[in-house]
Amino acid sequence: MYSYSQFDKEFNQQRVSQFRKQVERRVEGALTEEEFRPLRLMNGLYLQLHAYMLRVAVPYGTLNSAKMRMLAHIADKYDRGYGHFTTRQNIQYNWPKLTDVPDMLDALAEVDMHAIQTSGNCIRNVTSDHFAGAAADEIEDPRPTAELLRQWSTDHPEFAFLGRKFKIAITGSETDRAVIKAHDIGLRLRRNAAGEPGYQVIVGGGLGRTPMIGKVITDFLPRADLLPYLESILQVYNVLGRRDNKYKARIKITVHENGIDTIREMVEERFKVQRAQFGGFDQKLLAEIETQFAPPAYVNASLDGFNAAYAADGAFRSFVDTNLAEHKNENYAIVSISIKKHGETPGDATSDQMRVMADLAEKFGHDELRISHEQNVIIPHVHKSNLYDLYKALVGADLATANIGKISDIIACPGMDYCALATARSIPIAQKIAVRFDELKLENDIGDLKIKISGCINACGHHHVGHIGILGLDRAGVENYQITLGGDGSEDAAIGERAGPGFSYDQIVPAIERIVHAYLELRDSAEETFLETYRRTGLTPFKAALYPETKIAAE
Amino acid sequence: MARAYTPKVLTANRLIEGDVVYLNASGEWVLFHDQAWLIEDEAVANTELAKALKLADLLVGPYLANAEMKDGTPIPTHFREEFRTKGPSNYIHGKQEAQ
Repeated sequence: MYSYSQFDKEFNQQRVSQFRKQVERRVEGALTEEEFRPLRLMNGLYLQLHAYMLRVAVPYGTLNSAKMRMLAHIADKYDRGYGHFTTRQNIQYNWPKLTDVPDMLDALAEVDMHAIQTSGNCIRNVTSDHFAGAAADEIEDPRPTAELLRQWSTDHPEFAFLGRKFKIAITGSETDRAVIKAHDIGLRLRRNAAGEPGYQVIVGGGLGRTPMIGKVITDFLPRADLLPYLESILQVYNVLGRRDNKYKARIKITVHENGIDTIREMVEERFKVQRAQFGGFDQKLLAEIETQFAPPAYVNASLDGFNAAYAADGAFRSFVDTNLAEHKNENYAIVSISIKKHGETPGDATSDQMRVMADLAEKFGHDELRISHEQNVIIPHVHKSNLYDLYKALVGADLATANIGKISDIIACPGMDYCALATARSIPIAQKIAVRFDELKLENDIGDLKIKISGCINACGHHHVGHIGILGLDRAGVENYQITLGGDGSEDAAIGERAGPGFSYDQIVPAIERIVHAYLELRDSAEETFLETYRRTGLTPFKAALYPETKIAAE
Repeated sequence: MARAYTPKVLTANRLIEGDVVYLNASGEWVLFHDQAWLIEDEAVANTELAKALKLADLLVGPYLANAEMKDGTPIPTHFREEFRTKGPSNYIHGKQEAQ
């Protein structure tokens, strides 16, 4: 894991002391709210419905036990004893006082963390595959590049005041767990025919009010060309991107309006100039960063205990079968800890739970943790001989829910329970769906099914790429929920199709139940997933199940 | 004939704590909607809003929100404002703790 250099530490501390003085000037009245707002947003501080909210970056989702313990400490000392993990691999605190925030940032700086560029029209926290460095299907660990991008984009003067926010995601696997096609820029590490490392670059993806799947701008970019090429894309965006209309300001609209071929030509033209300015220091830096992401010192141990526990303990077997993913070392496993216990708030972990996860990562996981965009926590390197002890400790902390990838593993944005932009609530819908399907005892029968819920059109809950997407809106002063079906955030990314008229707060859970029952009836076999069935049958049979009264009227 | 004015309460967030406050009839900023001043005159509402906008060391983002009188108590007419009177629905946090 990357450790801050002296330069990183000093920069971070300077930013905190700057912000401390800005807060003081705001409280004294020397700064108006209009003047202060962009300054607080640059430091991740929002004013939400009921209180301030501090959004802390977990760069590319990677942290260790010391960082996780500090997140727990901050939750206890300055907040309400919990934190909310988000779809951007951040953690949000919902109840800080303005005057406490500089102290919170100081505490974060102690463990090389910050809230810089978690808001504002700049390059945001770079996100990545939450199995990075561990996944069996990985070509290369994307985190060194992600760290390079963090350093390059932090306080980059040319890109601090873009037309709109700018999000970059990177993966090192063909299987896309980072939703790279729904980002302003998506990067996929790959090798060319000669075996040289490089990147596929995707541009112009995004969700929000105008969802778009990103387009390939280059299929293979040599590794050393990355930063000048990204600068060229951002420069073209800065020239062509619209500043007349906030809703048309993202690069997805620039790409859509100008066409990917024009954008590519302009980027390549610009690249000739930018490339000449990079003399190789960035690659030297990348090489230094890479040394800090060396694989853990894998251990050897007997798997007999694991095999015996797997055979004897049904609940453990269910946890293993559902929450584990294949590690590149066959004696290891990637453990996903579900922060989605049925009926609880998706992504919310208490400070006690954070400390348990930190302890377990330290004891059994080579001191590494990840936050996923699906709002779960991952211990990426666990030797299988330690799995049963780890599992029992998770049971004790109420963290052993075996539902990863299942219908109750729901992404939900904070919605109108917290967010000032929201048009409806998301969290209680997620809670009700999870509880309902737990009561029905259908979860395992249903299998892989991703429900994603957003409480407004900005789509923080990724509803467009949910197999079932739910969008909460305000329709004439009443909460109303629109359903989309067939979305997919993977390497086969697709935007879901709108099913029809929306449902009320009380009717949305029964509507989801009708869709799921339709799937169970329609599927070819228990092996055919919801998404496969949907792709085979299309919207029509699901629509008939969703709106039975319409069908009767038509007959 | 002039269109009837929808009564309003004047609301904002407090600068330091960030919590929701309302103007009462005595000119104080109070935490609870049922203590708010239901302003029925548009000119008065706008004057009070202009005054609140100058209280930058106390408030953030003051605005007028629709409300109505029910059983002698002002209540919000929109669900967003109703949530602001209480707090989130997933925990008993915010104002509902004290209610």
